[in-house]
Amino acid sequence: MTNSLDAYLVLSGILFSIGMFGFLARRNAISMLMSIELMLNAANLAIVAFGAFIPALRDQASVIALIVIAVAAAEATVGLAIVIAIFRNRRTPLVDEYDAMRQ
Amino acid sequence: MAIPDTVPIIGLGWDDLLFVVLAGTTLGAGLLVVTLRDIIRCGLAMIVSFLSLAGIYVLLGAPLLGAAQVLVYIGAISVLILFAIMLTESKDAPTRLVFQTQAGPAAIAAVVLAVVLALTVSATDWGAVSERIRSATDTVARVLFDQYVLPFEIVSVLLLAAVIGGVFLARREAGGRS
Repeated sequence: MTNSLDAYLVLSGILFSIGMFGFLARRNAISMLMSIELMLNAANLAIVAFGAFIPALRDQASVIALIVIAVAAAEATVGLAIVIAIFRNRRTPLVDEYDAMRQ
Repeated sequence: MAIPDTVPIIGLGWDDLLFVVLAGTTLGAGLLVVTLRDIIRCGLAMIVSFLSLAGIYVLLGAPLLGAAQVLVYIGAISVLILFAIMLTESKDAPTRLVFQTQAGPAAIAAVVLAVVLALTVSATDWGAVSERIRSATDTVARVLFDQYVLPFEIVSVLLLAAVIGGVFLARREAGGRS
């Protein structure tokens, strides 16, 4: 099982699906950000798995995964800053109550 | 006394057992992240999920990435998210509805996506695919960082400007209203 790329890719796919469900279904903006982090982690797992099992990608995969981690950190910072900025205006973290542009 | 090659009773190898445990922890904690009612507990479950994923990286022979995962995700991002939760959470929030009305369709879509991804993974010969993809990526990277390196850097400045502008606009709105 540990010697098959498929097991890791299936794990990554399921983790990505869980993250997608959370992003679509949760009402809290921070929950949605956490779901995005899950999806980024799933993508990272796929990258690392490819790097471990395909010789041609061995060197690049770790670098790409590190860059993804850095981008994820930046994304979390900006995303949370936006959520907190909106929270200051609207006094709620629930995305379905952000309906000012609908009226 | 020597350790046996496979785990007694179950019959799996030790690596496989470790993979099953870590994968189960990752997926279980991930499910808790998207389903728990109390958002602080969602954050803590997310930390568990990240930690077992770091274990999987080590299992894959990338201990450096596992360390980076622990430092950046658990040390920085999780703490940031927990602080954001504490800054935005009001007392009555956990008692209200957790999911949006489209939760049912979202669950169906997620399950369909998982099945499609699993089928794709099992039906593809990754060794043959990787060569093709790699040659294409190589060419793009060479052109991007050789010929077009200046536009590439300008895009980063543009993104920085966009971020600063976004924060500035959000600030003005807050000052004007309250």
